[in-house]
Formats: sequence, structure tokens, C-alpha cells
Amino acid sequence: MAAAEAYNISHRYAKVTALSNLSFSVNDGELFGFIGPDGAGKTTLFRIAATLIIPSEGKMTLFGLDTVNDYKQLRNIIGYMPGRFSLYYDLTVEENLNFYATIFGTTIKENYHLIEPIYKHIEPFRKRLTGRLSGGMKQKLALSCALIHKPRILLLDEPTTGVDAVSRTEFWAILSHLKNEGITIIVSTPYMDEALRCDRIALIQNGTIMSIDTPQNIRRSYGQKLYAVICPDKYKLLLALSTEPCALSSEPFGDSIHVTLIPGTDPQQLVTALSASGLSGVMIEEIVPGIEDVFLELMKKEQ
Amino acid sequence: MEREKVIEVEGLVKKFGSFVANDHLTFDVYRGEIFGFLGANGAGKTTAIRILCGLSRPTSGRVMVAGIDASRPEEIKKRIGYMSQRFSLYEDLTVTENIELYGGIYGMTMKEIRPRTDMLLRKLSFIESGDTLIKSLPLGLRQKLAFSVAVFHDPGIVFLDEPTSGVDPITRRQFWEMIYETASRGITVFVTTHYMDEAEYCDRVTIMSEGKIVALDSPAALRARYGTSSVEELFVKITRPQKEKV
Repeated sequence: MAAAEAYNISHRYAKVTALSNLSFSVNDGELFGFIGPDGAGKTTLFRIAATLIIPSEGKMTLFGLDTVNDYKQLRNIIGYMPGRFSLYYDLTVEENLNFYATIFGTTIKENYHLIEPIYKHIEPFRKRLTGRLSGGMKQKLALSCALIHKPRILLLDEPTTGVDAVSRTEFWAILSHLKNEGITIIVSTPYMDEALRCDRIALIQNGTIMSIDTPQNIRRSYGQKLYAVICPDKYKLLLALSTEPCALSSEPFGDSIHVTLIPGTDPQQLVTALSASGLSGVMIEEIVPGIEDVFLELMKKEQ
Repeated sequence: MEREKVIEVEGLVKKFGSFVANDHLTFDVYRGEIFGFLGANGAGKTTAIRILCGLSRPTSGRVMVAGIDASRPEEIKKRIGYMSQRFSLYEDLTVTENIELYGGIYGMTMKEIRPRTDMLLRKLSFIESGDTLIKSLPLGLRQKLAFSVAVFHDPGIVFLDEPTSGVDPITRRQFWEMIYETASRGITVFVTTHYMDEAEYCDRVTIMSEGKIVALDSPAALRARYGTSSVEELFVKITRPQKEKV
């Protein structure tokens, strides 16, 4: 049985269409990511899955249970971590965790093994008020609270947004561990590099899914040869590329600019042209496209 | 030729009770430079930025921003621009009203504000939409507008605190092109980000860890020195040395 299935889901808020006609299926035990920027519709989708709002059209099931009709049963098997931190600031760490355990009729002790790898980092501060925790610690506590009733499926809405690169890496290691415990995880993120940590991903933009597959297949779906061009003066290089006739697209990517060429163009020809226009130290090499390259390509197609 | 310094920091210390948030920071930022300010959550970045913007006083040390000493924060505020990730424009005012409000705060006259507003809106391909309420604009456009407003009064330096958080990849790149363009006009850009690829766009980056500056150089020089292929790898390597020992 699929862990989650969405059938033609649409959702509107007054005049704004947040989701239009989404369908997808998440397998039992899968780590599935929704990758997209703010305003793509990720949070609306998570709130529908978490039985908190009713979609304008379509339906969704988790483990065969309908998010509208079977919401009471579903809430027992869902662990939901909303994007905005939603624990009680005026309770201590331990009180928050205990509160969530009690709501679900369990105890911290009963499922301690499940939260231990995460909770042990914040346990030394268990008497501290939650409002006084650092960002990384709040995130770990929120995940512990979402896990304390041993859910079959975790819904994590942008758990790593605004979190530094190191803590993000740690958080994804925790998710891999939970996946190995057999928990299905649906997670969203605006950071495209995190997509590689998922079994499958959906690229989402303006309320529609642009692509859905394994990260590897999505990278392979890039339609053209892609090159990385580097030059010590990045801004001059960017300006020069924007007027270079043989360059179809040029997008800054960290220390290089990713470029596609008119089919049949010899990449060295571009280097020669750029050098002739006064740039020195230009180098070019063919590269494997990343998720963000594909995302940009799909976004441009839709526009 | 000596490059003009826009920020000079020497031995900056900021304490909150017994907690040392900034522990003897020393660095300079030059005119027209894009300066990346990185660090883990809680490393002390926000504390330092607040001091540089004149919102907080150092416990000790010397801080000069745009030629003004940190002991005169009100003078500093007049000479800088600032844009934060969360709050920058008033949602229930129109585009033009926001520009006029910020221009006015920085002491510009309507005579100066009007022609510049036209120029700004034309640049953003937004000339017909000056009467639009901010809340009805898409996030990406809002962020580009917020940046334009932050440099509207031609400050010597602009501080950008996670300006591209959650922004789509196309807008994120357009935003950085605006940063490049601004820096090429001689405005210093001081920027924080959690996107490590954006760190590579900076002329120099500094990395803070536990209240101290642990690295400061161009991204290429730092990558070479630490033998890493990206700033991200470098970041992980030098902000979590203690983890590797475990």
C-alpha cells in the first residue's frame, strides 16, 4: 500500500490558487522531498496531508485513510512538524515533550529509543524554557515532539529553512536514520542541494509539480549539454555571456557560470570569443547538471 | 593605491553579562566590495551586524562605519542601507508609498525622490505598477524592490541579512545581478546567507564560529588554503572541528 496518494488536488484561498491539480504517490518507507521556493504551495500541501485543511478539489489518502473522512484515525499515525516553530515557549523542553506524549496516550519512556539520537543533544537542557533555546535546538525538539507517538509517517514542512549548512547536514543524517527505522518521511525544502538526500523528489513551483522522479533521473532529464565557465572577474564574465551569440543561457552557480550553447558549437569557440572581448583566464568544462539546473530549465519552460 | 575602507573593526568585543558574543573581531571592508558574512546559527553574526548598523554599542574595541565612529550610531544610520529577510517593506502601502516613506526617512526631498522612483520602477520593468500594494506582489519581486529601496538614498554601504531566503532560483540570480551592479557603482555590499553557492559570489568572505572570526579571504584563496572544492565543504570543516574528533 502506498504511504500517501494525492488525486488531482487543487486548493484556492479567495482569489489565490495555491495548488492546481496535483497527483502523486509516495511509497511506504520512502524519503520523499518537495523541492521548491516560497509560494510554490508546499505548506498548503502539507496542511492538507496533516488533515488541517480540506482541499478545494480532489482527495488525499495516507495508508489508505482519507485526510478528510478519516482524520481522527490519521492523526494518530502522522507526525507533523510545521514550518513555523509551534511548541509552547513558556514550557520547558521536557514539559513540551511530555505534553505531546500525553496527548497521544504514550510516555517519553515508551518511545525513547526512537527519539534518542535527536533528543540526547538537547536533553542536558531539558529544564530550560523552550523560548530560550537556539534555532538548532528548537528544531531538534520539534522533531522529537513530532516523533514521540511513533508515527508511521512524518510530514516535515521546511525543517531546515534558515538553518546553517552544518546543522542542515546533521538534520539530514537524522532523517536517514529515521527512514532506516521504517518511518515514511515527506519533507519540503527550498534548498535544491538537499534534494540529493531524498529517494524521490517532486519539483514544485506555482502550485504545480514540474517533475517527479529520483534525483538521479531528474538530473539526467536535463535536455542539453551543460558547461561551467570560470573567470576571475565574474561580473564581467556574466555581462559578456549575456550578449554572446553562441550562448543560449548563462546562470551564475557559485564560483562558475553554467552555460548552454547553440547545438554544434565547440566550447573552445566560446573561450576564444570571450578572450577576444577582453576577458582573461577564461576556462570551460562540461559538467553534470544538478537539480537546480533542471529546476531553472523547467521554470523557464513554464514561463 | 590604498583602497578606501568603508568599515574598520579592531578588537571588537560584545558581551551580554558573562556571555561573549563577539570576541575580539578585527577586519576591514573596502569600498565597492561584496563582503560575505557567514557562520553557524548563534556564531555572533547578528550581534556584529547590529553594532555595524548602529543598533547596538560595542563593549570595547574600535568600530568605524562609513567614516563614523560607533559611538555616534545616529550618524551611522544615516549613511547605511539595511534590508532584512523578514521585514523590509510595509505590506499595506503601495510600491510608490514605500519608496517615498524610506526616501523621506533618509532626508530626501520629493524633488529628488520622484525622478529616482521612475528610474527604479523602469529598471524593475514595473513602471505601470507603482500603485500596487506590496502584499499583492510575488515574493521575488518584493525582495528585489526591498533591495532597491535599501540603496535608494545611495548609501556608502548596504547590509543585507539573508536577502534570498526561500526565493526561487531565477529571482535569486537576478537578485545577485543587482548586487553586482550595485557594488560596481561603488556601494559596498555586506551580506549574510545560508546558500553556500552565494558565498562564492562574494569578493571576500568571513566565517564566524563561537564569537570569533575563523577565516577571512576570497573564496578561491580559502578553498585553496583548506584544500576544499567548495565554500560549503570549507564551512563544515572549520565551523565543526570538534565534531570530527568525536
